[in-house]
Amino acid sequence: MATFLGINLFGLFGQLLVGLINGSFYALLSLGLAIIFGLLKIINFAQGAMYMLGAFAAWMALNYLGINYWLALIVVPLAVGAVGILMERLLIRPIAKEDHLYSLLLTFGIALMLQGTFTHVFGSSGMAYAIPEALQGGFKLPFMYLPAYRAWIVVASILVCGVTWWMIEKTRLGAYLRAGTENAQLMQAFGINVPLMVTLTFGFGVGLAGFAGVMAAPVYSVSPDMGSNLLIIVFAIVVIGGMGSIGGAILTGLGMGVVEGLTKYFYPEASSTVIFLVMVIVLLLKPAGLFGKEA
Amino acid sequence: MKAMNKTLLAVAVAASTAIGGAALAGPVSDDKVKIGVLADMGGVYADICGPGCVTAIEMAVEDFGGTVLGMPIEVVSADDQLKPDVGSAKVRQWVESEQVDAVGGLVSSAVVGAATKVLTDNKKIALISTAASNAFTTSACSPYNVHWTYNVAAMANGTVKPIVQSGKKKWFFITADYAFGHALEGVATEVIVENGGEVVGGVRAPLGTTDFSSYVLQAQASGADVVALANAGGDTVNALKTAAEFGLTQTADVAGLLVFTPNAQAMDPATAGGMTLTTGFYWDYDDATRAWSTRFKERHGAIPAMGHAGAYSMTMHYLKAIEAAGTDESDAVMAKMKEMKPDDFFARNATLRADGRMVHDMYYVQIKTAEERRDADDIFKVLDVIPGDTAYAPMLPECNFVKS
Repeated sequence: MATFLGINLFGLFGQLLVGLINGSFYALLSLGLAIIFGLLKIINFAQGAMYMLGAFAAWMALNYLGINYWLALIVVPLAVGAVGILMERLLIRPIAKEDHLYSLLLTFGIALMLQGTFTHVFGSSGMAYAIPEALQGGFKLPFMYLPAYRAWIVVASILVCGVTWWMIEKTRLGAYLRAGTENAQLMQAFGINVPLMVTLTFGFGVGLAGFAGVMAAPVYSVSPDMGSNLLIIVFAIVVIGGMGSIGGAILTGLGMGVVEGLTKYFYPEASSTVIFLVMVIVLLLKPAGLFGKEA
Repeated sequence: MKAMNKTLLAVAVAASTAIGGAALAGPVSDDKVKIGVLADMGGVYADICGPGCVTAIEMAVEDFGGTVLGMPIEVVSADDQLKPDVGSAKVRQWVESEQVDAVGGLVSSAVVGAATKVLTDNKKIALISTAASNAFTTSACSPYNVHWTYNVAAMANGTVKPIVQSGKKKWFFITADYAFGHALEGVATEVIVENGGEVVGGVRAPLGTTDFSSYVLQAQASGADVVALANAGGDTVNALKTAAEFGLTQTADVAGLLVFTPNAQAMDPATAGGMTLTTGFYWDYDDATRAWSTRFKERHGAIPAMGHAGAYSMTMHYLKAIEAAGTDESDAVMAKMKEMKPDDFFARNATLRADGRMVHDMYYVQIKTAEERRDADDIFKVLDVIPGDTAYAPMLPECNFVKS
């Protein structure tokens, strides 16, 4: 096998690819957080719980209603988004004018309650969700075996992230949205329903987490604590990328996946902390994050 | 003469007071036998010994008749939140101010280590049903510890030996990076080497890793015949899932060293089917196990894992020992527990050793494939019964009180 400086190159390529796969997952999750924070200034700690809800909804849809994976990929994000809309209207809006900390604590509480309820009902061991038939098997690359489903994760995530970025940064709707969050009164004077836009944006961000949950169900076990395990990492990624930077969240998500993958290869014990190490370094050198605008 | 009478009277009064006092106290302290159940009620181990352990112990008390030596038996429970400080504080409160006589359940080795220390200091009995560490009967042994269901040595012996002996010699470890995983890897490695195998590599994955793909790739690159998962719970489920996805299960055997029934149920039969493992109990083994497990499922909603059955069996043995000893005083009860042979649907060919280790038959089982299953609870095929003395490591000189 080819080696370079004593490193097995095939092994290294494998790790890079795996890192990219995980990174596309991180990108998808951090994107939802970045949209909600960037546009609405709400720190949504319930995003991990919404991701968990997405995975459970996919499992329940399959087992109770017979809805398959492909249909779940459309229905579940809409359903989770609807939960997000309800949450925004009923719980977050009344405290939207208060300090960010209030929404943080509120969403954190919601997350804990959801997680507790699911543990109570479904137990802590998790549920099995099979990979859809069309995506079973994989490709034999020269340096690794690439499962078809993992390849699909990369393609789908990059597609969804790309379209979302384009909508927010390049379209008229996105421009309204950005303007509405800058100066709500002015936009309302132009006849634009800003509160509705805020609600829909929150719903969309949460729906993205639901989508990530469906994507995750076949590869990770569907369990009540799946969201809380990931949330902190994803938050670190959003901070590294620059709070609120949409493109930053996507690129940092992919990049951190790769960094983590390489750490797992060279020094696995540090793999759960490496992202936080990067966060500390970035915050020291560039407090607004890699892609954030200095305040 | 008068003085003599006075003395006699005094002696008689003193004697009758003493007898009266003793009669008031009774053979059972505080006129009640109180059992605390300390377990993880909502965390990652809740399914293997949480509310289910409370149910199992309550069932034992009811089946025993609710009273012992004419006094009522009470069960109280608490959530240790998987935190040693929370667990030991609760146990201290129980034994120091709430007259708890024994504490059962006991799941995570870290919590149990802290809890058994408090129990030993107070001369109260620890009925350990689900913790894995060997230490409770070796380096951290105590005259008040009873370790019932299994331990890491029995798991490693039971699962590893038959695989090495079948000719699969090269092993790779994916190990949970904390004391439990290291201990499990250590005992498994000993068994591998003793039986002529070798360990060709390993990785230490942080507890709660969601993505095992990097580790699976390394296992694949090592060219090992067997990849051993020295982890538990969700980690095992995720590792196995990833191994199947990356095609590792086609080129190597994957051996889960510690798998509980709820974890096996959480695995997709398409990926887990065929995997072999060791367990201290299987609900569908025979009529006796089925009868108890059916009753348990009616109350708890799910089939029992080995820790649940162990908690029941252990509580029953404890209550029988109180009855035989005629008191709930810990030293006398422990002596009776070790003297009497445990024997029920769970404890087969069993003895409770002087070091507190309960040695009993273990089961070498295989996870059924989807086609082999008749329903969701039909998960294991029992391949072999491993006699206790083969599965468990012999008593070690490390345990101080046994030597003296």
